[in-house]
Amino acid sequence: MEALYALCVGVLTTCGIFLTLRGRTFPVVMGMTMLSYAVNLFLFASGRLTINGPAILGFSVNYADPLPQALVLTAIVIGFAMTAFVVILAMRARADLGDDHVDGRAPDSSETPKNQS
Amino acid sequence: MMQHLVVLPILAPMLMAVMMLLPPLQNTIYRQRIASFFTMLVMLGIAILLIITSSEQTQVYALGGWQPPFGIVLVADRLASMMVLLTTVLGCGALLYASAGDDNLGMYFHPLFLFQLMGINGAFLTGDIFNLFVFFEILLIASYALLIHGGGKQKTLASVHYVSLNLVGSSFFLFALGILYGTLGTLNIADMADAASRLEAQEAVLAKTGVLLLLLVFGLKAALLPLHFWLTKTYSSASAPVAALFAIMTKVGIYSIFRIHGVVFGEEAGLLANTALPWIWPMAILTLIIGTIGLIGSSSLKVLTANLVLISVGTLLLAMVIPGGIGLGAALYYMLHTTLVSGALFLLADMIGKQRGKAADRFVPARPIQQPGLLGTLFFLAALAVIGMPPMSGFVGKVMILQAANGTSGMIWIWSVILISSLAAIIALSRAGTNLFWNLCGDKSDELASSQLQIIAVVLLLACSPLLVIFGAQVTEFTDTAARQMLHDYPTIKAMMNAGITQ
Repeated sequence: MEALYALCVGVLTTCGIFLTLRGRTFPVVMGMTMLSYAVNLFLFASGRLTINGPAILGFSVNYADPLPQALVLTAIVIGFAMTAFVVILAMRARADLGDDHVDGRAPDSSETPKNQS
Repeated sequence: MMQHLVVLPILAPMLMAVMMLLPPLQNTIYRQRIASFFTMLVMLGIAILLIITSSEQTQVYALGGWQPPFGIVLVADRLASMMVLLTTVLGCGALLYASAGDDNLGMYFHPLFLFQLMGINGAFLTGDIFNLFVFFEILLIASYALLIHGGGKQKTLASVHYVSLNLVGSSFFLFALGILYGTLGTLNIADMADAASRLEAQEAVLAKTGVLLLLLVFGLKAALLPLHFWLTKTYSSASAPVAALFAIMTKVGIYSIFRIHGVVFGEEAGLLANTALPWIWPMAILTLIIGTIGLIGSSSLKVLTANLVLISVGTLLLAMVIPGGIGLGAALYYMLHTTLVSGALFLLADMIGKQRGKAADRFVPARPIQQPGLLGTLFFLAALAVIGMPPMSGFVGKVMILQAANGTSGMIWIWSVILISSLAAIIALSRAGTNLFWNLCGDKSDELASSQLQIIAVVLLLACSPLLVIFGAQVTEFTDTAARQMLHDYPTIKAMMNAGITQ
């Protein structure tokens, strides 16, 4: 289970970092979303993976660490708010700058789409 | 009331900011301004009280009465209270300036401003590293909104970069926290310092990765090279009061590096001792060099000031890595000086820029400004302070840092880069002053003169510089004690937490 879990986090992080390094805002936003998924899974695993381990005393002999679960909840909420903000900002940038490139215009002018707005 | 003092610098701005979103204050900028000033005055009182109580004894406050290290604690030692006071003073200046009209360019300036102050104060006061993350996010989301406040192409573009970078930074922060929790088993900062010294060898490599990831995150916030590219653009495109307030944002990163990498994973951290030091050392020198080059190449006063911020970041981190922590007291004094003066310079750049009309604050010939005498004098004083010329506080700060470095192994590097950057600052600022005030063409511009509030704001921030010199003995004594306390006080804080001297 650990290997599969680690592989998932690794693939998500790789994809996330690759996408955040792209030039247009949409892949960048997608990349950040993937990074935040990866980070949530990773935080969850920081309390070690246990099967059938409740986080409340008195239900079982082995317990799961409750703190990472609380941390993940916080991280999900914050990540969600930040993603919402960055989506709106990306749309605003598209409207203000007339292009969805992160620098406001593509570096090579032949790539720039005709400004139709 | 007094035992809850530690939490008030966070609660006061939060409550007022929420109230501003409700009917009696909502949509009336005058009422919001008065409410903001009222809050700032209250916060000033709280910050001074906090300094008085925390210099007697470090205050540990368990939020909700949960037993640390499981619950979250706030720790107000001398350093934290000093930073809260610094934030409040800078906030007063920025708010006064904004109330002259910049707050009316868009909605919700005042609530956002107060939320930002809440986040900054929280980041300084918290004693729990996950809570530090939460306060970072609060100050960041407020800063995103403040940065784009007023709108315009430049601001949008700078925002896209700033927000994307910081979101990736936040993800790395969480990765680092996950690693550290997995290896050390705690997130309470005082407890971490204790756990780090008892770490087993097999976990040390993983923990080191976590510590260095944290350096990456704090370095991004502090604009440490090579993570500094966002700074110039962001600071120069933000509106003036926001840029002035942002002068403390890089210091939040530096403060965290001081605490986490200087102390928790510092000399006494067992296997993790001084993990980050070999990285900070060359990066700080390079930051100073790049800042110096940027200073010479700046095309406008705002960009120049942003580069001065970069130089101050390099100087502060260099002072921190002087062996034995003897430069920390000087660094804290310099931090007080540089934050207030660069804040004042951002405000001045905006005043000068507005009076020059189309040329703004760029170094090109333009029409003469309305108040050359007044603004010229203020600019001259600010320049003296920021370069580090004798009657002002920059001089004292730099001399103390150089003195601390005297005789240490890195002395040649520290002395040469700091002195060369000061020389470059003299050249760049004299060129700036000459261009802005004497390189004229055409008639006097018909722009409005700066309002009283704006001038008061700049004078308030600049006046702190000579005050820091006049009360130099007391201030340096305070910063030295604060530095010593920061370096050696974690066992005491942990003991206090365990004894439950809380609530």
